[in-house]
Amino acid sequence: MQSLTNRSVVVRKKEMSFMEKLYLPAILGGMVITIKHLFKKKVTNKYPEVKRIFAPVYRGVHVLKLDEQGRENCTACGLCAVACPAEAITMIAAERKSGEENLYREEKYAATYEINMLRCIFCGLCEEACPKDAIYLTDRLIESKYQRKSFIYGKDLLVEKVDERIDVSKRKRNYKMA
Amino acid sequence: MMDWSILIEKSILVVILFLISLAVAAYSTYAERKIAAFLQDRIGPDRAGPWGLLQPIADGTKMFMKEEIIPNASDKLLFILGPCIFMTTALMTSALIPWGKSMNIGGHEISLQVANLNIGILYIFAIVSIGVYGIMIGGWASNNKFALLGAIRASSQMISYELAMGMAIIAILLTSNSLDIRTIVDQQVGFKWNIFYQPLGFLIFIICAFAECNRTPFDLPETETELVGGYHTEYSSMKLGLYLFAEYTNMFISSAVISCLYFGGYHFPGIDSLHLSQNVAALVSVAVLFSKVFFFILFFMWVRWTLPRFRYDQLMRLGWQILLPLAIVNVLITGAWLTYFK
Repeated sequence: MQSLTNRSVVVRKKEMSFMEKLYLPAILGGMVITIKHLFKKKVTNKYPEVKRIFAPVYRGVHVLKLDEQGRENCTACGLCAVACPAEAITMIAAERKSGEENLYREEKYAATYEINMLRCIFCGLCEEACPKDAIYLTDRLIESKYQRKSFIYGKDLLVEKVDERIDVSKRKRNYKMA
Repeated sequence: MMDWSILIEKSILVVILFLISLAVAAYSTYAERKIAAFLQDRIGPDRAGPWGLLQPIADGTKMFMKEEIIPNASDKLLFILGPCIFMTTALMTSALIPWGKSMNIGGHEISLQVANLNIGILYIFAIVSIGVYGIMIGGWASNNKFALLGAIRASSQMISYELAMGMAIIAILLTSNSLDIRTIVDQQVGFKWNIFYQPLGFLIFIICAFAECNRTPFDLPETETELVGGYHTEYSSMKLGLYLFAEYTNMFISSAVISCLYFGGYHFPGIDSLHLSQNVAALVSVAVLFSKVFFFILFFMWVRWTLPRFRYDQLMRLGWQILLPLAIVNVLITGAWLTYFK
């Protein structure tokens, strides 16, 4: 049969020579290889102290963004929930009362907004679907918990704090490039 | 009055040896993990204490705190006896090793060897052979097929390799004319190490030592991939700890035996030209022996993280068809050389 490339090698089970049957030269060669690794650079990250820098495309826990005046961007349109292939997002919409203009940017807002982190597949489609610049995936990790119910993140965990803004500029840049 | 002083002197030596053996075994577990990590481009345990130096203590504490499980269907007495025998025999062999030159404290000559039997090597072999019973009894008493398979493998492997090991030793005995380890060590003074006269014997001996210690590439009694945990599958808590610990003690002792038989024990070329006082010279000789021992412990680990393990039929073929005939040939060559050229 004609080979398609010139890279194929015919495997044959040849008799081992006496030196090969001794195994000792091969063992010594292996030991030289392992001892060389003793002096190589270690690849370990000492995790809690040194954190690996994630790639800009990394998709971790979501954040619900506030605008410059600290008002919630989300208008509870539900497009993220529709876009979500894992059906992880649920929300209940409510109307903004007078006097709440400093809390919510538009007349409608999400009274509850929940993402089930056990269902979420971190695809980022919610962020693509959002017309109001409200939801972004960040480079943060989900904390380990003992109970399943603690993985349903409500607004208390998702909405960013006014004084602790979360940088999503890297994610935004990705979208511009796309 | 003289008898009492010897009793006290020997007791102190025994206690020190006991502590050193345990400490070396404990830190061997740490060294093993560190070396495994370094050879695989990792860092290894570094959380307990500086550079993870307290890791053995943390591991020991963990072992003690674990729940003690004795299987219902097991033979309770033998189940407990197994690790006891294994640990006891592992610690007993260190008594015959000459750890250094004799010291002189207040005009009193102290030999750094607990017992100087004229059949030293035979004693060590006898005790090591009893160690097999620890594994065999433990594996049998567990009433578990994996433990039994591991125990059968361990006993047949150890018995097979003891033959070749004994044959390799016989060549040493022929040249040294003595079974006494201190005599054998003292004959290697300077650079007259036995390895230069018995390279083949040394090779056979160290391969057999790997098999005797159940170390890779001969760790078939505890192959995780096939036998769960091997002979200690059913063991938990400190009884498991004793098995693991005793294996490291065995490694320590066999390193010491290798150093004594083939690498001049506590002798080092040029040690006499330093003109040290007797006690200092004794301490230096102890340090020399220990550096040789530590080298061999590291060598054991280095090999472990280099080689994959044998298949069982390969192990048996190596032992019976290659090492044993080679050892016999070695004995014949040594004998012929002694007869015609000495």
